[in-house]
Amino acid sequence: MSTKPTPRVRVPANAKKDEIIEIKTLISHEMESGQRKGGDGKVIPRKIIHTFTAAFNGKMFFEAKWAPAISANPYQSFFFKASQSGEFAFTWKDDDGSTYEHKAKLTVA
Amino acid sequence: MALRTIGSRRDTLKAGAIGAVALALAPRLAHADAAAVEAEIKKLYGDKKGAEGKVKLDVPQIAENGLVVPINIEIESPMTDKDFVKSVHVWADGNPSPGVLSYTFTPEAGKASASARMRLATTQNIICIAEMSDGKLFTAKSQVKVTIGGCGG
Repeated sequence: MSTKPTPRVRVPANAKKDEIIEIKTLISHEMESGQRKGGDGKVIPRKIIHTFTAAFNGKMFFEAKWAPAISANPYQSFFFKASQSGEFAFTWKDDDGSTYEHKAKLTVA
Repeated sequence: MALRTIGSRRDTLKAGAIGAVALALAPRLAHADAAAVEAEIKKLYGDKKGAEGKVKLDVPQIAENGLVVPINIEIESPMTDKDFVKSVHVWADGNPSPGVLSYTFTPEAGKASASARMRLATTQNIICIAEMSDGKLFTAKSQVKVTIGGCGG
């Protein structure tokens, strides 16, 4: 799987004030553990997404650090208390230095 | 003729020696155990001990496929600015390395709960420690029986 990792995020667009909303995220990524051997008998080097962060209006509110024990195409769900309207920024950080980003708007009534 | 035989034996010995070094350099292939998890906990929290309770660790009792094992963690907390869950660490004592994941929570999250999916190589214990904003630790532990391992074999 050498395609560019694509994030998929499910987050409500609207929420009532102080409502606790669930956010579900998924990103396509092989999460190569660094423990497997390829056909040539050599260990396939580790390449995982090691950090995921969720921020709202620029302030981080949830962070996950992942070890090679996290499954391929890592799924992560978590919660957020809707206090005001604004924008979410979700970031995935890869071992190879690349980052993948997804943004979503939230309107609080 | 005799020389040649010695030469080839040397080569065999050399190859063997290289093989041994390669094995020694691959400690990752060794499995973690309960002691490795203990060591990780000690590194983070010293001799501080966690109490039972508050942490709800939800993992299946039996996982048919070790490649994708759901894990859900929920910690009882009001999640206010003064009283919230700071972090959660999860370890597995039968994987090649003990770490699974770590979460950082903030009061803005509203609820200290999260779900993910992990790989488990074999039947093992999942150990979870939550640190509260006042520094108190709470732990939970659960065994997962794995039918098919999730580490390439």
